[in-house]
Amino acid sequence: MSGSNSSIRTPMARARGFGSAKRGTEHFWAERVTGVALIPLTFVLVGVLVFLAGKDHASVLQWLANPLLAIPLVLAIATGTHHMKIGMQVIIEDYVHSEPIKFGALMANTFFSYALGATGAFAVLKIAFGG
Amino acid sequence: MVQFTLPKNSKVTNGKVWPHPHGAVNLTELHVYRWNPEDGQNPRIDTYFVDRDDCGPMVLDALIWIKNKIDPTLTFRRSCREGICGSCAMNIDGTNTLACTKGMDEVKGVIKIYPLPHMPVVKDLVPDLTGIYAQHAAIEPWLKTVTPPPEKEWIQTHEDRAKLDGLYECILCFCCTTSCPSYWWNADRYLGPAVLLQAYRWLIDSRDEYTGERLDHVEDPFRLYRCHTILNCSKACPKGLNPAKAIAEIKRLLVERQT
Repeated sequence: MSGSNSSIRTPMARARGFGSAKRGTEHFWAERVTGVALIPLTFVLVGVLVFLAGKDHASVLQWLANPLLAIPLVLAIATGTHHMKIGMQVIIEDYVHSEPIKFGALMANTFFSYALGATGAFAVLKIAFGG
Repeated sequence: MVQFTLPKNSKVTNGKVWPHPHGAVNLTELHVYRWNPEDGQNPRIDTYFVDRDDCGPMVLDALIWIKNKIDPTLTFRRSCREGICGSCAMNIDGTNTLACTKGMDEVKGVIKIYPLPHMPVVKDLVPDLTGIYAQHAAIEPWLKTVTPPPEKEWIQTHEDRAKLDGLYECILCFCCTTSCPSYWWNADRYLGPAVLLQAYRWLIDSRDEYTGERLDHVEDPFRLYRCHTILNCSKACPKGLNPAKAIAEIKRLLVERQT
């Protein structure tokens, strides 16, 4: 819709625009669900870090291989990076109005978030499965 | 990107300091935004002194007093002077409100008056609201039914009628919409709090039969979901309404519809 100010259109044509996308609710709901999930997961993440701080390398590896630590850690990484991705998407849509830059930024946001999540999850799983 | 600074030809400059009214002892100082589309000049802030012993208590009284006694070129909208028409909405002392219901004594020190923020200015304190009016018309804010109208009136229970309280009182002054940063950045696509409050007013009207179509109209990442619960709208509303709650209720209805 950018550039519409420079063309002669009625106010109603601008208001109706492309019509409703008839979506957005799932995005809104995913923000809430991941946000709620991150409350306990963040406590777990911080708790694990505090618990492991100062321990030697071998015992850290041993503790992280425990499913009771590894599973919540993978969940925290997956939920956290997804929450980060959909949150950043909203910020980009809010402020970036040039369509090519917006599409580029949205794509970079997706790549970065998934790469970060995959790397974190892989690291925990590698330790958990005795790598 | 969003434009965070004013364009060069919109930078506000210092304007004229008008003389004290003759013989007045009880003075209030007002700084008022002035812009004339015909003189090619940048906007400026004029300083006026109002004789409080000769003027009513409200900010609108002061503006009318200035227009009558000092500067007839000062341009603003006003009509009912009792908070029901919404015409005199403007930014006073940093908050969007109605000049007719804002007392001069409520402001400490100099009273600073600007047009509603982030709207194109027609002249002085008159903003161009045609975009918002069109967005409002597009939600079709009237009773829509498939069933032919009954011989008498459409009836509803007292409980269903009570659901319209806090919504029907909206006077469409757009203090809320123009206080909303989301609306500032995306006015071409986001409907803004006033229009969404009106949309909800028809969504929960038990007599209306187009609830689904109305939900379809607003279910959009920009039309509805640019609302990030900033709450400037509810803070600004001079009628004490809560547009943010109405928007949250629309989101709740949409989640309910798909779960």
